[in-house]
Amino acid sequence: MRIELDVNGEQLEADVWAGESLLYVLRERLGLPGSKNACEQGECGSCSVLLDGELVCACLVLAAQAEGHEVVTVEGLAGAEGLHPVQAAFARAGAVQCGFCTPGLVVTTAHLLERNPDPSEDEIREALSGNLCRCTGYAKIFDAVKLAAGT
Amino acid sequence: MARLIRTEKEVEGHYTEQWIVVDEDALDQWPAGPLQTVGKPAPRVDGRERARGEATYTADIQLPGMLHAAVLRSPHARARVRSLSLSSVLAAPGVRAVLEPGDSHVLTDEPGYHGAAVAAVAADTFAQARAALAQAAVEWEVLEPLLDPDQAVEKGSLVSEPNVSERGATERGVSEAEAVVEAEYRTQTVLHNSLETHQAVCVWESGRLDVYISTQFLWGVRATVAEQLELPPDKVRVVCNFMGGGFGSKNGPGEYTFIAAELARRTGRPVRCALTRREENLATGNRNSTIQRLTAGARSDGTLTVLKGDYVNSVGFEGWSPSTGGPMELLYACENVRVAEHGAKLNTPPNAAFRAPGFVEGTFGLECLMDELAARLDLDPLELRMRNYADSDLVDGRPFSSKNLLECYRRAQPHWARREEVRARSQGPWKHGMGLASQVWYGGGGPPSYAWVRVGSDGRVQVVTAMQDIGTGSRTAMAQIAAEELGLSLDRIEVSLGDTSRGPFASISAGSSTIPSMGPAVRSAAADAARQIVEIAAQRYHLEERVLSLRNGHIVSADGGSWPIEEITELLGEGQILGKGARGPNPTGMRTLTFGVQLAEVAVDIETGEVLVDRIVAIHDVGRVINPLGASSQVEGGIIQGIGHTLSEDRLLDPGTGTVLTQTLDAYKLPTIADVPEIVAEFVDRPDEHLTNLGSKGLGEPPIIPTSAAIANAIRDATGANVRSLPITREEMLRALRAAREREGLERTAETVGEVRSA
Repeated sequence: MRIELDVNGEQLEADVWAGESLLYVLRERLGLPGSKNACEQGECGSCSVLLDGELVCACLVLAAQAEGHEVVTVEGLAGAEGLHPVQAAFARAGAVQCGFCTPGLVVTTAHLLERNPDPSEDEIREALSGNLCRCTGYAKIFDAVKLAAGT
Repeated sequence: MARLIRTEKEVEGHYTEQWIVVDEDALDQWPAGPLQTVGKPAPRVDGRERARGEATYTADIQLPGMLHAAVLRSPHARARVRSLSLSSVLAAPGVRAVLEPGDSHVLTDEPGYHGAAVAAVAADTFAQARAALAQAAVEWEVLEPLLDPDQAVEKGSLVSEPNVSERGATERGVSEAEAVVEAEYRTQTVLHNSLETHQAVCVWESGRLDVYISTQFLWGVRATVAEQLELPPDKVRVVCNFMGGGFGSKNGPGEYTFIAAELARRTGRPVRCALTRREENLATGNRNSTIQRLTAGARSDGTLTVLKGDYVNSVGFEGWSPSTGGPMELLYACENVRVAEHGAKLNTPPNAAFRAPGFVEGTFGLECLMDELAARLDLDPLELRMRNYADSDLVDGRPFSSKNLLECYRRAQPHWARREEVRARSQGPWKHGMGLASQVWYGGGGPPSYAWVRVGSDGRVQVVTAMQDIGTGSRTAMAQIAAEELGLSLDRIEVSLGDTSRGPFASISAGSSTIPSMGPAVRSAAADAARQIVEIAAQRYHLEERVLSLRNGHIVSADGGSWPIEEITELLGEGQILGKGARGPNPTGMRTLTFGVQLAEVAVDIETGEVLVDRIVAIHDVGRVINPLGASSQVEGGIIQGIGHTLSEDRLLDPGTGTVLTQTLDAYKLPTIADVPEIVAEFVDRPDEHLTNLGSKGLGEPPIIPTSAAIANAIRDATGANVRSLPITREEMLRALRAAREREGLERTAETVGEVRSA
């Protein structure tokens, strides 16, 4: 089936099979590989995107369900060149190691700070606990969220 | 000058003696401490790409006409394929080729573990490939699996000969002891769970094979693939520019590479073979479980007289038996030590190196045993460790190239002094305590490793070497080293890595060896380029080379002259300066090791068994620290993995069938940001004066090694319970508390009996 998606402000068309996830279509059909596939079951948060401003795991949303809604991926947070303040903070604070979880964490953090510009430590823990990182030990991710909140 | 030497090469604690051609390492080390760029915190040079989602991982490679493979895996721990028909698979929509046992050496019709690869298919999409596999008609003969490690040892089912080593006389050591502690420790199977699963994309073109792969060793993949496929190594190109974690599990090509290569050969199309999370947790390795039966004896003053360890490593169906007894052999000045390691061959998924394999498990046993001994002797645990400090390597009497563990202990003291204060926080069911554990590991790296440095007329520099950055920040560290040597700012350095056809040989990123192996080669290449810049400058400014040096983007002369470096480089026009460097030899006759100590503060709810880690202090001695920001991040990452290993991670098997129950991330509990304690990371940061032109050792593995023992010792301090089995789930914690109460009850009864008798 043919669907039309609003991704990062652009109207994109894709031929999809009804069972295809939004993540699959973003990565394999629309050339947007920033959202990562690491668990396929909504456990790791690596595929976090915004759907009408709400945080979702793109692996748990069917592409067809996203039709008529605004999708924002990590590629759409900043313009073609620059860095979103959250991206800048992650890079500056050293919150990026292998970086495979980073796109999901960046989207989740942007979503958190949108709703709560000055989160407490517990609120950060709560908001980011759905995003797994196997490298950093999360300490620098705290630093990055606080840094981004201050900018 | 190239020199032929016979030397010991170490990877992950494995030593082999071999001939090796090395270049002399003629450069003097830089002075200790922070320099212009080296030793100062540097954010990732590629942080921007990674944060924007633009970094291209193997998972993101898209090639025209690429097919997708799916693998049929054994659902049984031990079975035989009676019959297999793939005709319906081949007829399924989108399918282009199938492979069955016999088509590739990685496919088997007698699987020895759950998840062993049996057959494979390539289709236009992964969904089609997976759907097609469901059509496979397999008749299995299910066989009885061997799952009990002690039984395997008894039966002689081993992956290799038992490794037994002894120094001194342990029987005499036991008889000389005034206190002896014997205990059995157990550690569980732990899964790597790198976020990027194991995968490769293979493409054949005119008899040449390109392999895009998530790997820790480009050149190892190249060599193994070339050998297996009987190709000249130069016909195999291996590419990995960005890599989503490995932790030891991605040192080799894996079955997926050979499956992709064969399917690509048959179809003439690029083929991706990417494992799902479930496959990842079956077939890509694990930290094997262990049983450790240990003995320690000491005089009443704490002097160790004997250490004995009998270790069973549950290696799995294939794999290797890690050095679980290594810490016991290396950490303390004990004359009488006997270590016996058995690698039990079982019908379980094979192990793979996992961040300090053997040493993580062995340190848990040894360092818990030391604290049980300290309790028996009524000695302070830190004092006991200092009394048995080893000044040289007692395995073969060699001096250490450097060892600053005493300095680590000294820096630990102010933290250790908080112990009373921490205990005093105990309230109601919540008991607080503090524990510590020491760490020893390899991490000296070695030759061969090479790098080139290219300077253009714009005064920008490219470091070129076919190494990999597995996420640890090697790219940034190499840029810092080149920047330092050339007197340039970091933003003028580019690092080109990740492609065997675009740079010289580089060593494996395992065994904490990337910085100590590659860093000196990069510095040596940068120094070669700097020398050439100075040569040209001397001619241009009519000065002697010896009065010129490179600093802050300028060529400076001893008499105060200063010229922007571009004044010289622009003379190159389209030409380039090419610097070439190699890793020099390791110091002969010396043992290079890394050391450290960690202190944990915990709280235990003795009613529910809940354990909370409040704070961990880590003090490590890894020689010169190149990037303090990256280094502290390594420590934090190691500690949180260590906390997972200690408290929550556990690969569970069905005890009847041997099948793996925890294949997904809802069943296998990785730590999240909610589990993070306060972490304090400190470094001794003294260059190892004998080791290379940098004096740097590796840091990838050390931080995970002492964490579990430090936590278990803190739990003992808080509750009096000996936790001897990982993970310390609530169930395990309650069991240990019950055992402690029973022991206390017995001791009280014994005291009462004694009192009655003496009355």
